[in-house]
Amino acid sequence: MPRARVLIRPKEGILDPQGKAVERALPALGFEGVEHVRVGRVVELETDRPDALPELCEKLLANPLIEDFEIEQIDE
Amino acid sequence: MKWGVLQFPGSCDERDALHACRLAGGEARLVWHESRDLDGLDAIVVPGGFSYGDYLRAGAIARFSPAMEAVAELAGGGGPVLGICNGFQVLCEANLLPGALLLNEQLRFTCRQVDLLAGDEVLSIPVKHGEGRYWAPEEMLDALEASGQVAFRYAPGQNPNGSARDIAGVRNEAGNVVGLMPHPEHAVDAMTGSTDGLRVFESIAGALA
Repeated sequence: MPRARVLIRPKEGILDPQGKAVERALPALGFEGVEHVRVGRVVELETDRPDALPELCEKLLANPLIEDFEIEQIDE
Repeated sequence: MKWGVLQFPGSCDERDALHACRLAGGEARLVWHESRDLDGLDAIVVPGGFSYGDYLRAGAIARFSPAMEAVAELAGGGGPVLGICNGFQVLCEANLLPGALLLNEQLRFTCRQVDLLAGDEVLSIPVKHGEGRYWAPEEMLDALEASGQVAFRYAPGQNPNGSARDIAGVRNEAGNVVGLMPHPEHAVDAMTGSTDGLRVFESIAGALA
């Protein structure tokens, strides 16, 4: 079945404590100059109904109040 | 009066909720997540815990359960619904309450007693959560304040998670659905230090009397 990948990201302007924690940990590991880290989620799935994906994303995979999502069709 | 307390895979505070409902007056029974049977129930409690392991987002999957479909209908008809902690998360995901609950600002699970402002009253109630930071866009927050929908607020200096405007719980516009992150069901016996939680259950029972 055709595969799709959904990227889910916290909306800009919302505090992302996970991103901040990663950002703060980086200098201790020797990586300077990394800013604005935001942590999201990837969901990969196979479906023969790609037209239903936007609704699936809005209702379940993402919470549209706090997250943005992006659908990538991987094949077909 | 008859209370129904929902039970999802991963709920853990449903039995304490049953106990609190009974102490407040009336009978209480569990409603398994796969059941739509709310027959004879006057009020619903969506309890605390980790329904579906908080997978994807806390409450994101529970909102699609048959029981929650029935609760949405009951709420649409004006029936009282109380969401506690994970229950609050489920109600927000189900769009029965405005806003969302995000990861605690400090990234740590918090478990402590807090003072809550509820109208004119101050209630001593425990919180225990990792994703309790209430958030809504600024315009929505302004609207909630203006319409009196902020039902509970952490006392100054006691916000345990960084929630917007110290909000601990909100109600819907019609006022029949209320959610809060703190656990009133854990404050119903002097043994745990406070019986202030009973006020929350009693106020619902009183409104229905």
